Amino acid sequence: MESVQNAVRLEKLTKHFGNVVANNAISLELHEGEILSLLGENGSGKTTLMNMLSGIYYPDSGQIYIHGKPVTIASPKDAFAHGIGMIHQHYKLVDVFTATENIVLGLNEKGKLNLKEAGKKIKEISEKYGFEINPDQKIYDMSVSQKQTVEIIKVLYRGADILILDEPTAVLTPQETDKLFAVMRNMQKDGKSIIIITHKLHEVLEVSDRVAILRKGEYIGDVLTKDADQQSLTDMMVGHTVSLNINRPEPVNPTPRLEVKGLTVFDDLGVKRLDDVTFTAYSGEILGIAGIAGSGQRELLESISGLYPISKGEILYHNPKTGCDENLVGKDPMSIQKAGVSMAFVPEDRLGMGLVGSMGMTGNMMLRSWRNGKSFFVDKKAPEQLANTIWKELEVVTPSTNFPVRRMSGGNVQKVLVGREIAQNPAVLMTAYAVRGLDINTSYTIYNLLTAEKMKGVAVVYVGEDLDVLLELCDRLVVLCGGKVSGVVDARTTNKREVGVLMTRVGGNGNEQ
Amino acid sequence: MFDFLVSFIPRAVMQSIPLLYGSTGEILTEKSGNLNLGIPGIMYVGAISGVIGAFFYEQSVPAAEMNAFLAIAIPFLSSLLGSFLMGLLYCFLTVTLRANQNVTGLAMTTFGVGFGNFFGGSLIKLAHSEVPSIALSATSNFYRASLPFADRLGWFGQIFLSYGFLAYLAIAIALLTAFLIRKTRTGLHLRAVGESPATADAAGINVVRYKYLFTCFGSMIAGLGGLYYVMDYANGVWSNNAFGDRGWLAIALVIFTIWRPNVSVLASILFGGLYILYLYIPTGTQFAVKELYKMLPYLVTLFVLIIVSLRKKREDQPPASLGLHYFREER
Repeated sequence: MESVQNAVRLEKLTKHFGNVVANNAISLELHEGEILSLLGENGSGKTTLMNMLSGIYYPDSGQIYIHGKPVTIASPKDAFAHGIGMIHQHYKLVDVFTATENIVLGLNEKGKLNLKEAGKKIKEISEKYGFEINPDQKIYDMSVSQKQTVEIIKVLYRGADILILDEPTAVLTPQETDKLFAVMRNMQKDGKSIIIITHKLHEVLEVSDRVAILRKGEYIGDVLTKDADQQSLTDMMVGHTVSLNINRPEPVNPTPRLEVKGLTVFDDLGVKRLDDVTFTAYSGEILGIAGIAGSGQRELLESISGLYPISKGEILYHNPKTGCDENLVGKDPMSIQKAGVSMAFVPEDRLGMGLVGSMGMTGNMMLRSWRNGKSFFVDKKAPEQLANTIWKELEVVTPSTNFPVRRMSGGNVQKVLVGREIAQNPAVLMTAYAVRGLDINTSYTIYNLLTAEKMKGVAVVYVGEDLDVLLELCDRLVVLCGGKVSGVVDARTTNKREVGVLMTRVGGNGNEQ
Repeated sequence: MFDFLVSFIPRAVMQSIPLLYGSTGEILTEKSGNLNLGIPGIMYVGAISGVIGAFFYEQSVPAAEMNAFLAIAIPFLSSLLGSFLMGLLYCFLTVTLRANQNVTGLAMTTFGVGFGNFFGGSLIKLAHSEVPSIALSATSNFYRASLPFADRLGWFGQIFLSYGFLAYLAIAIALLTAFLIRKTRTGLHLRAVGESPATADAAGINVVRYKYLFTCFGSMIAGLGGLYYVMDYANGVWSNNAFGDRGWLAIALVIFTIWRPNVSVLASILFGGLYILYLYIPTGTQFAVKELYKMLPYLVTLFVLIIVSLRKKREDQPPASLGLHYFREER
């Protein structure tokens, strides 16, 4: 009888990506008509698991049951056929189409295309669940939350009764989030079963009936929301500190190097990305920036490097060469770099910023040095030497210094990038996700490089994802949450639990516990 | 003035038909996200393929015994086949092998013109012609046949009924294409493929199939423009390079009409008129002035481009993924 009540039952689903186990024998149940929160840190395998349910990935082993029947889901079409609809983080909509056109796209309904009829049906769905939408509005005229509404209706229009929402609130304002939750409750009343992926604990507690927790690809357990609180959930989510034994010497002679005061920025859609961010980076220390992905890390580093428009705030730089204080706001990236602020930014696609994929190591070294010298021709010798040094010292695996970096493995690309930035002898070195996708040995090489820089008296800013690493590598941690600094802690005395709470606490209302 | 218009408009219309075919074909192609700059070459191949078909039919049957249906069908089908193969080649290079669309298109134009001139020259030799051209008057007569009572209707007949069937077919195809793009499910899917192939793919639309299908359809339609030019406009006379820059004008027309084949019906007549306007403006022996008048269609296109980019209306922009290839795993 028990299986009948389950809308979805996953049995020992396993998925590998290369050598990495993204999901290890995960078993999970979604009851009929419930809202289940799937909670976990970045990289804990939540999205991978849901992608297997929605047909994007195919599990290596394990079995999926829908309404008690074993099924095979090999494509998004199969998922639709079983009534599963997933709303991804990145919306898939055609900008110049209306909401209606996007919703009926790809449907092979009988008869001729009747957008009016479809519009009526969309209106009905909207009224039923409390959406606010104009079916004839073009997507490019819509706000992010309206686009999300279109995505949800698209799924409902196709008759889905099991909905998966992947971090739906990440891009919404608090008011929009409330509206979304109201809609979710209406859908629940209508008998739909919903899985919501999120890291925001207060939302978990507010909207869901039950919480399932993943950590590093493993299923940790589930708990009824009414029996849970923020603390117990954080504990389950972050687990116990793992000892990594990263060499961490005491900071040498720390003096303020970079002061960020009241930094506020907006993105091109007018959404506030950084809100009154204030902190100081000292020379001779590694300052870690912790936070859930998308909490403003990227915007922070880009603002400091002069790549992001700053609407308010100051960035004061104590130049060790001249001894003067300089305000970096309003300066162009070139002069900021010349002053000694260097950024080794490793974005999601790794080559997007910093390196040119089709050029070799030498060519990429020249990106920094082409202005040197007075000759009409560029100096190729110095970069060639630098490339050779990095090649040997960092053990970059490449057939030659002219081999296109695009075709190197991720770890080697990152070594080239970090190596080049360090060779600039920066006074401030900023790295973002420097070890993303790297194996353990290469990661340690990078940690050691950063520590060596710190001992030279450089102010190192390290944006990272893995809390264990942040706690062992850094001297202090700035915790970002939703574009705000939710806390600055000493990495030596704090623990994962404390940082985990700071990372997930929107608004910084610190007196909950 | 009226007499001038009665003689000018039919000339302009006859000029417009190849442009209309070319632009309709190119619009259909571009809506699938393929920027096919090979259209001039494809129209050229469409023309020479029709000529080859007509030539061998005329050679095998005496003029008096020619069957009207076969005389039309053979060049028509061989023209379609020639331009279809060109479209297929373009798709194979750009969709399957993901070659650069601009380079491929330009190469195909060069190839198409060379292909046409080579076989044109060969046919001229085969026919032992004394002038550097080959005349297929018998076939052309079938193509140019207009309604028998058109002559008796005065100016009305001259302006509206004096053309061969390919002219009316061009208008019908343009209107049908406009309907297909705007009103049908297939058109919706096609536009989605051209705008955002990743979205279309996620919605279960077969992106590769749509690109192949509509690029090949587009090529075949454009090829008919070449066929019309030889068989109707030029009275069945093929001479190398006579087709001129009409292919490029057709591509300019695509931008001029902002990707709308129904607008193209009238816009092509405007272009055709501007294209031959210099013949009607007495310039005497000042040939340089004539050349200035020939620039008019392009100037108008530039003007429209400026207006459109000033208005910044999203619907007036080219398909968003025009010129880009799509590969599912490349995100």
